[in-house]
Amino acid sequence: MNPIKTFHKGGVHPEENKFSADQPIQDFPMPKQIIVPLGQCLGAPAECIVNKGDRVLTGQLIGTAKGFISANVHSPATGTVAKVDVVMDHTGYYKPAVFIDREENDEWAPGIIVTDELLTDIKLDSKAIIDKVKECGIVGMGGATFPTHVKLMVPEGKKAEYVIINAAECEPYLTCDYRLLLEKTQEFLIGVKILMKAVNTDKGIIGIETNKIKAIELLDKTINEHRDLYAGIEVQPLKTKYPQGGEKQIIKAITGREVPSGKLPIETGCVVVNVASTYAVYEAVQKNKPLIDRIVTVTGKSVKKPSNFRCRFGVPADLLIEAAGGLPEDITDVINGGPMMGKSVSVTSFPTMKGTSGILLMTLREAQDRRQTNCIRCGRCAKACPMGLQPFLLHKVAKLNDFDETEKNHIMDCIECGSCEFTCPANIPLLDYIRYGKAKTGAIIKARSQK
Amino acid sequence: MNNYTISGSPHVHSTENTRKIMYRVILALVPALLVAIYYFGWYALRLTLVTVATCMLTEWLIQKYLIKGPLTINDGSAILTGLLLAFNVPANLPIWMAIVGSVFAIGVGKMAFGGLGKNPFNPALVGRVFMLVSFPTAMTTWPQVAPIFKAGFFTDAVTGPTPLGLLKESGATSLDHMQFVDMVLGNRGGAFGEVCAIALLIGAIYLIARKVIDIATPLSILLTVFVFTGIFYLVDPTQYIAPWYHLVYGGLILGAFFMATDMVTSPMTVRGKILFGVGIGLITVVIRLWGAYPEGVSFAILIMNAFTPLINKAFKPQVFGVVKPSKK
Repeated sequence: MNPIKTFHKGGVHPEENKFSADQPIQDFPMPKQIIVPLGQCLGAPAECIVNKGDRVLTGQLIGTAKGFISANVHSPATGTVAKVDVVMDHTGYYKPAVFIDREENDEWAPGIIVTDELLTDIKLDSKAIIDKVKECGIVGMGGATFPTHVKLMVPEGKKAEYVIINAAECEPYLTCDYRLLLEKTQEFLIGVKILMKAVNTDKGIIGIETNKIKAIELLDKTINEHRDLYAGIEVQPLKTKYPQGGEKQIIKAITGREVPSGKLPIETGCVVVNVASTYAVYEAVQKNKPLIDRIVTVTGKSVKKPSNFRCRFGVPADLLIEAAGGLPEDITDVINGGPMMGKSVSVTSFPTMKGTSGILLMTLREAQDRRQTNCIRCGRCAKACPMGLQPFLLHKVAKLNDFDETEKNHIMDCIECGSCEFTCPANIPLLDYIRYGKAKTGAIIKARSQK
Repeated sequence: MNNYTISGSPHVHSTENTRKIMYRVILALVPALLVAIYYFGWYALRLTLVTVATCMLTEWLIQKYLIKGPLTINDGSAILTGLLLAFNVPANLPIWMAIVGSVFAIGVGKMAFGGLGKNPFNPALVGRVFMLVSFPTAMTTWPQVAPIFKAGFFTDAVTGPTPLGLLKESGATSLDHMQFVDMVLGNRGGAFGEVCAIALLIGAIYLIARKVIDIATPLSILLTVFVFTGIFYLVDPTQYIAPWYHLVYGGLILGAFFMATDMVTSPMTVRGKILFGVGIGLITVVIRLWGAYPEGVSFAILIMNAFTPLINKAFKPQVFGVVKPSKK
């Protein structure tokens, strides 16, 4: 095992609560009807290319990417399009979606290899890999859902030195990446090789927190047993500390380089990809299979059976909750994602999609709004901020609508990790105001640059 | 269909809160309080009860009838102010003076600015300095220690000068009879909370271990005082006392660990804290060596409190990914 590394500025250590860590991945049975949102990635939603009454095959393209930052959407099942309508997704807004009445058996779209056989030979070249990733609609599956092919297109004049696989899974509760690493180790490692080939580098580093020691050992062992196959891949243990899996933090921890303020990670010669996305890249490139399913962790302190499901997109979340032992009575908050950066939802009927890493059910005791008291200027928020910002100050000036000050104090560098609010002894909703200030400041900066 | 709470992330929170922080500081002061009761008996206990009760009552009355806002009396900050105020005065101070001082500390030092978190100066020190300039004789008449096992619980105290008072009046040789060990254990005159360095340090270690206070402030204060007085000691040992005596005399340890570290009135970044501490150390020594008062820690902290907003402006944390423009 390599010596443990970490980022040094700020960070917090919330309770880990990885209840579902030892639960093997189960295939989730499909319901009669599934609802596939067309906007499943950061950026523009896909444009629908099917109509009511059309028969679609599993893996068939049903929405095409619109614009540079956008991703294709494929049908997760075989069936008939019942309607193209809107559905309330996890954001709480009604968004366009394709409703599909499912047939009993999957009929796969032509060209997709559905066997479990491990394909180690990478036939495609760099450009063909990126095209395939784009075609298959792969996005960052850690939650941000940034289209992966955009990340892989290294801009002119820049060079990718490292492919960093973000296996930190620093969010408490979530275990979807951990299970994937344990159960699809070889497929995942081939995925890393494919990514390395895509950006023309021979260095791939898997950054992983030490609370997943089993995964670290298994990866080390597998790489050692197949030295010829996985040459250039290294496993880097990282300290269990939030937000170790922040893109800028993991680059800093592993390479010691800092992404310059306002710039992209490629400035440091790094391309960072999530575990689930890496596995999706393997399936896309080797098996021609588009992104239509993912691992979803359903968990919570009072959940009867915390589980990891392999779930096709479009399955309503309440069915997954049902399968995890039902909704406990004391639940007041339902979170799409992890407790630090996930979004709370008002209803449990939202469809699962590419960014749904977890469904977290929280009790009143855990998630209650605590009474806010005066700021005592203890400076803990500034100490916890991994970006070296002063959250107490940003909170104050954002509240005063002073967007000159927010900009001067680097509000746009905030990664919204929530460490400040987590640590605040006065329970001040720091991040709520910082998000507001960030949105306003961002709009002002954009308007200025367009002049 | 159920509707669930919508709120922005993060959805979990550390179990820390302001109340816990305040009660930890109070707990850290308990050893020193026990030692004070041992040395000064009933007077120490009575004085503490009076200042704490007055501080709490003052805050409650102002919040209830003047501000008419939420009552935050159970957050522990008023108890802490009362406790620190009692620690800073002679144990035999007349009760009415203690009451006046407590009302001033909370009323003017804290509530006039808007309550906890808004005050620029440490309320307990505001109260103490107010009393010092208003009742100079009573505030500098220090009872000599009389352990309760020897003297009894209710015995009237014999008053006498503090080591620093002696030093101011009669020079360095007047302290020759005093043992360093007595100084550390508290077997000497002084404000009742400051006499026993060991008891205070036990509390301070607890606070540092629980990460309530940052060691940067007290360490820089103590080091500055040690180095600064050390230089004078090396120049002329007959006129100036050794630097290690300066560390244990007077209220330096109490001030450095429990009052300069007050979050509300001290800088936030480590670099800011160091500058703050060095400033306190320098001003303390200047007052002790050349000022009219024998002791200067309170004034030094209050003066540096005033600089805190400026220090906070000057010493900001280093932003990730921002390279400082190099000076040409």
